[in-house]
Amino acid sequence: MPEPYDPLQPGDKEAIAPTGAGGPMDLAIEEAESLEKTLGDAPGPSGPGGKARSLWSDAWHQLRRNPVFVVSALLIAFLVVIAIWPQLIASGDPLKCDLSKSQEGSAPGHPFGYDTQGCDVYTRTVYGARASITVGVCATLGAALLGSLLGGLAGFFGGWGDATLSRVADIFFGIPVILGGLVFLSVVTSTTVWPVVGFIVLLGWPQIARIARGSVITAKQNDYVQAARALGAGNTRLLLRHVAPNAVAPVIVVATIALGTYIALEATLSFLGVGLRPPTVSWGIDISNAASQIRNAPHMLLWPAGALSITVLAFIMLGDAVRDALDPKLR
Amino acid sequence: MLLEVRDLHVEFRTRDGVAKAVNGVNYSVDEGETLAVLGESGSGKSVTAQAVMGILDVPPGRIAGGEILFKGRDLLRMKEDERRRVRGAHMAMIFQDALSALNPVLTVGAQLGEMFEVHRGMSRKDSRARAVELMDRVRIPAARQRAGDYPHQFSGGMRQRIMIAMALALEPSLIIADEPTTALDVTVQAQVMDLLAELQRELNMGLILITHDLGVVADVADKIAVMYAGRIVEAAPVHELYRAPAHPYTRGLLDSIPRLDQMGQELYAIKGLPPNLTAIPPGCAFNPRCPMAQAICRTDVPPLYSVTGTPARRTSACHFWKECLGG
Repeated sequence: MPEPYDPLQPGDKEAIAPTGAGGPMDLAIEEAESLEKTLGDAPGPSGPGGKARSLWSDAWHQLRRNPVFVVSALLIAFLVVIAIWPQLIASGDPLKCDLSKSQEGSAPGHPFGYDTQGCDVYTRTVYGARASITVGVCATLGAALLGSLLGGLAGFFGGWGDATLSRVADIFFGIPVILGGLVFLSVVTSTTVWPVVGFIVLLGWPQIARIARGSVITAKQNDYVQAARALGAGNTRLLLRHVAPNAVAPVIVVATIALGTYIALEATLSFLGVGLRPPTVSWGIDISNAASQIRNAPHMLLWPAGALSITVLAFIMLGDAVRDALDPKLR
Repeated sequence: MLLEVRDLHVEFRTRDGVAKAVNGVNYSVDEGETLAVLGESGSGKSVTAQAVMGILDVPPGRIAGGEILFKGRDLLRMKEDERRRVRGAHMAMIFQDALSALNPVLTVGAQLGEMFEVHRGMSRKDSRARAVELMDRVRIPAARQRAGDYPHQFSGGMRQRIMIAMALALEPSLIIADEPTTALDVTVQAQVMDLLAELQRELNMGLILITHDLGVVADVADKIAVMYAGRIVEAAPVHELYRAPAHPYTRGLLDSIPRLDQMGQELYAIKGLPPNLTAIPPGCAFNPRCPMAQAICRTDVPPLYSVTGTPARRTSACHFWKECLGG
């Protein structure tokens, strides 16, 4: 520890010295604290030594040692990389198909075989990650930003704005996802991902807003918020500096888990023909095309469906790990 | 006069009706003076302080009447923005539980520095340097290193020192300390009180000390206001009050202090419980528990009588203050 040695406080020093990572560190803090107390706040270096650990560094510490997090994070990192640079592992063109090879099985250079159109299933599975990740990440960002902004303001200020927002959120909660998707998205002609992203944000923000609202209401009742107010902090500062950082953890957890479900939702909508449209390559579209051929060519269904399941699972596992790390009550 | 609270009334809307938490409180503090506000839980001492600071939760709280004059200006008539600038810079508050009154996600340096950012518009770097100075001033060892620590890394006494530093940051003329030592060990209590008293003398501040600890009061206060059911039942200079209380409630409080010369005897306790604030008994609020209660106490609310025959100005809200003083 880079702390000057103080000969007056040998006992204190000893208690501080063995600070390592994780468990022993907490112990050292406790020891130093109790020692400090028994010394009756005697002046001396009473710091627990080591680096100060905030909620975030603490959570990060916990996450790194969680195998669920490590596995899901590696998987997600891999998915993100191939979503950005699919050429890294797939040299072919997902839209270049050869009808003569329709539904053929595995062949050299084409490990997953061909689909009905004679396109390479491996290449399409790899390229499909891009659409899923794009929709998942953009929809989550959109829903989280919109939801936490509206929910946070409603929770902080309360009153009629809060009541209105809560009822509006209820209305959006009442929209059945699939039915809503069929109605809204069937009138869209765009082949980009944005209508799907927009639709998911539209249905997803109330969930985040509810969490953010509740979390802000809990945080604003803390003594330190009142203390900051008593020391002259205005609403903006209270909200941004004292309430928001203490309220954001549940929002992050819910958003991470939601990311996985949004990816599944995109695939569902694409499967039903109202999500992404060809020529966009999407697991949902491929699954849809393969479903009717399941007896003839199961490999057409297996690979995109497997990729989808693993992706959704990875994000939900990540969300779980993040929740474990951020919620001290679960430790 | 630095602060004058005049006939303050505060109500809370509750499910069981309107709770009258503060019913006509008067008190005043001058520069360099320490006023101790004494009372049980629920006597309205903290609510009065919150009303003065302007941090009462409204609703459900409501200031139903009265004036709070700070340096001659009525705080209750000020615009919120103006009032916000008074808070922190001219009057500040020390909270009971420093751990919950400090933001767990900010380092103490950042929180102390915030005072200078909000009120003085300083840059983050300058304000951080001032924060270290402040921590030095309240004698936190190794202040420079510790400014980067989080509240949970400090001991209770150190945390309360940080609260004090925060309140004193802009050298306000009035400090309200709401049970500043209740959450601390006895040994640490004395140190924190001494520090507070010393800084008060140095800066010539007015101090309102809210407490239920008669021992703390005797050491540092100049005058005492005893609160019961939202009223001040007795106000007097500290030594006068200890020598001869002029209200049966004060007498009861003083008699409930354990004393070494009464070892082995049963400790005196005031019978009964403080009244429900939604249904304060008619007449004197203390009458159901008062050993001296007469018929008049159950019908007439006692006014604040001037206690005569003593050199200092004191008041008592008891019809029988003379008997109380004498007996």
